[in-house]
Amino acid sequence: MQRSCSCNDFTRSQLLRAGIAQAGRGLPSIEPGMPLPAGTGMDRRSFLLRSAGAMLAVYGAAALSPRQLEVGIAEAMAAPPNQPVLVSIFMEGGWDALSVLAPVKEAKYHELRPTLGLAEGAGQVFSEDEALMWHPQAAGLAQLHGEGKVTVFPAIGYDPPDESHFTSRHYWEVGELNTETRSGWMGRYLDIAGNPNNPLQGLSLDYSLAPALATTRVPVAAVSTPSDYQFWAYGLDEPLTEPTMETFGALGALAAPSPAFAQARAASLDTSIIRNQVAPFAEHEGKPGFTSPVTYPTSGGDFPARLAVLAAMLDDEALPIKCVSLNAVGGYDTHSDEATTLSTNLGETVESVVAFQRDLEARKLDQRVVVQLWSEFGRRPRENGSGTDHGAAGVSFLIGSRVKGKMVGGFPGLSKLDENENLINTSDYRAIYAAILGQWFQTEAGLVIPEAGTGLEGPSHYGQVPGLFT
Amino acid sequence: MTPASASAQASSAKGKARHSRRAKHGLRVSKHAKHKHHKRKHHKAAPRHATVTPNSAGLAGAPAPPAIPVSPPPPSSAPPPAQVTAITAAQARRLLWRAGFGPAPGQVQSIAGQSLETAVHALTRPAGAAHLSGPEPTDDEGNALDPADAYGQDHCWWLDRMVRSDQQLVERMTFIWHDWFANSNEKVGSQQRMLDQNNLFREMALGGFHELFLAVTTNPAMLVFLDGIYNDKHELNENYAREMMELFSLGADRGAYTETDVKEMARTLTGWTAEWTESKGWQNFHFDSSRHDNGNKTVFGQTGKWNYEDAVRLCVTHPLHASFFVSKLWSYFVPAPPAPGTLASLEGLYTTSGYSIQAVVEAILMHPDFLDGSELVTPPVVYNAALLRAIGRPIDTTAWAWLSAAAGQQLFYPPNVSGWDFTHWLDTSTAKARWEIASYVTAKSYPNPWPGKGEAAYSSTETPAEAIEHAFAYWATPALGEESKQCLENFSARCLNGVITASWQNSPYRALRQNALRMLIATSPDMQVS
Repeated sequence: MQRSCSCNDFTRSQLLRAGIAQAGRGLPSIEPGMPLPAGTGMDRRSFLLRSAGAMLAVYGAAALSPRQLEVGIAEAMAAPPNQPVLVSIFMEGGWDALSVLAPVKEAKYHELRPTLGLAEGAGQVFSEDEALMWHPQAAGLAQLHGEGKVTVFPAIGYDPPDESHFTSRHYWEVGELNTETRSGWMGRYLDIAGNPNNPLQGLSLDYSLAPALATTRVPVAAVSTPSDYQFWAYGLDEPLTEPTMETFGALGALAAPSPAFAQARAASLDTSIIRNQVAPFAEHEGKPGFTSPVTYPTSGGDFPARLAVLAAMLDDEALPIKCVSLNAVGGYDTHSDEATTLSTNLGETVESVVAFQRDLEARKLDQRVVVQLWSEFGRRPRENGSGTDHGAAGVSFLIGSRVKGKMVGGFPGLSKLDENENLINTSDYRAIYAAILGQWFQTEAGLVIPEAGTGLEGPSHYGQVPGLFT
Repeated sequence: MTPASASAQASSAKGKARHSRRAKHGLRVSKHAKHKHHKRKHHKAAPRHATVTPNSAGLAGAPAPPAIPVSPPPPSSAPPPAQVTAITAAQARRLLWRAGFGPAPGQVQSIAGQSLETAVHALTRPAGAAHLSGPEPTDDEGNALDPADAYGQDHCWWLDRMVRSDQQLVERMTFIWHDWFANSNEKVGSQQRMLDQNNLFREMALGGFHELFLAVTTNPAMLVFLDGIYNDKHELNENYAREMMELFSLGADRGAYTETDVKEMARTLTGWTAEWTESKGWQNFHFDSSRHDNGNKTVFGQTGKWNYEDAVRLCVTHPLHASFFVSKLWSYFVPAPPAPGTLASLEGLYTTSGYSIQAVVEAILMHPDFLDGSELVTPPVVYNAALLRAIGRPIDTTAWAWLSAAAGQQLFYPPNVSGWDFTHWLDTSTAKARWEIASYVTAKSYPNPWPGKGEAAYSSTETPAEAIEHAFAYWATPALGEESKQCLENFSARCLNGVITASWQNSPYRALRQNALRMLIATSPDMQVS
């Protein structure tokens, strides 16, 4: 194959241009971050999608079977920017609802929690139900709630409750009480609303993919650190870096003889696409690829940094991100040593979430982003000494400038518990999903959550949550 | 499970248990999607959820999950199907990848053509102590490893055994038990205690499951990890009681036990404790009869003054245990669940052999579904060990610990008590980490494009075909598919066209090409599956 360029200094952008020209696509091209080519009408988004096509065309073997690139590119370009975004944050292990929003006015609470019970006055009173008190480490949430930016579900769950981490978490992830479902609820939404060429539409900011984002037809991605998604190897450098990465991607576009092989091929192809997409956020010669308008906390591991880069990525309309999943700081399976573990993890998580909301507000993105905090279940009201065992109903929050800020389902009280002495739920998680799908994403919820109805304001098998957003 | 299991580093929790069976409700199979779904993602129309067809898995392209049937067939005395002809080279390669940690140079050729029984028994019936050949493992400065105290060196210590041990299946089974009884040092808080547990897994790797399960139940790492030391007759802690049934022996959602059984099992298990000192942490793990609930307990409908030994026995003799055990063990070796006849035979083999792990593993390794069925994605640690075995490099850096963690698997730190999700190893994050693993593996043997004084320059005449040949030879000639090879040959033939414009570039650019080819082979999708 002849290169269209024979100069000595064969740069990356020239290589890409050459590839596209030779692929017969006939469009000039640019590097991510370079000025847009004048007069072509191309923006960064269409460029990024094109570069994926170039890669396949340059090194693909005769048997190459790429996705339907032309169709996919056209679809992605047609999608308007400023789409609604859901950020799902998982509190792994089953967080203790009775500590996050503690029913301190109930005598039964102090009887069930002789050592772990929070004292009245330790935190702020919950304004919508004065029997409840915010955990002192959830003060940031209390403040956002005061601004009308938090909708509280004080006893959320499903019937019959399952006390297994894995089963219950799975139910929440797939959006139905079915151990056999293999796609996540956000994944099924993306299967309907997503694009066959844009793995970034469903993004796990983690070392692996979140099951709630599992799709059946469109790609999704996991990126642990978007600011460091670079491929370096010993003795490999310019001018061969780009051709190598293009071949890496092309190997991913070949046909696969088995599901395992398909997983491996897809990972290679999607990796090469994502590499182009997140390139502008990479640290370059010691300089960060983006700046945040607010200061994020320094504690809390990777969590605050991930939220910071996420806000910057949402601010780039070339990156059509729809659903994002993160794990909160730490774990919440507090069978022992609950007081310390919960306080630390909750405090660090809340602090970062508040910073993220302020960041979105400063960037004027807050109207199109909503955050959900969720956990697989709450914990047993009666403590076991230093901790609590698995329970049933738990607590969940929807956070954002467009949430209604009005509690859904009340707190049921501790006087009547279920047959396993667990908290009774007053809202069903599937109703919340239906409302997010219908009212936030403007999609027919029944396409994603079985028996959810339209999810707008219509009837649902799981109860209605009318007017969740303003 | 552990409160610390969701550390910022740990990947998200994944329950194998939750992926126990294929979709049947809400996901009807549409006609057109039944074939060619292995190609994924090319259906661009967006049908309704009710007609969406997953390929065999929720994640597009993911392999099928382990299947633990709700209504398994009863045990059968019929022998499971087994191949009677000699083992082929492709089968030998698979055996070495799945029952060990990849082939050493020449190993495939030396096994191919043997009788299958000879090849399998060489793995399943090791004699005496393992022999570790080659240099002892060291850190980056050449010091001996300190696995009990230095962070990450526990991982490297075990990786070394995987690379060097001549009892490859013993290490592979140890690896499986570490996932089956997944404890994380994140909560256990003592590398020595984790290493002690690791040695327990190794010693009992191919013995009886009943004995292994009992030993694990009173193992100090497990007593810390699932709060057995807090389970007192006055303050029950259900953690171990639940997981011993759900994850270790019976499975969730099969009707094997009730919430009442969980509580009664917790009472049954009371009595174990340990002493805490600020300087030494948990010490002196022991059974204290004053903490044990001596009353009658009713578990699975049987009533008695049970203790922890009874707890294990009741699980192992439960009618749904054998099907759980063989299905779960099978899933580590074969992606598709066993056919009912095979399942029944394996159950029969397991129970009549007195719960012999070795008997079941042997039958699985000789089964046609294992030898000739479709691929599995290779776990990150196996991938890392296999690359090192291929080039004969000993453990001489501790980088493997963090590299493997980024690829989704740091030994002694599983994400939670259900272990790693063996069906979802590869995504855009872990694929990048495997790239880094491959690069680090080449670090001491790559040709330097820009050699210093006294260093030899790379060939200035190597042809594209020679470059391919040399790159494959570097990795001890792995088996890549024809299409992938073609893609690499295209790259080798084209990547320097128009790039080399001056004679001084001949050698360095050929070195770049050689390094690129080595990376592309090692990170190819073909090398991620076996």
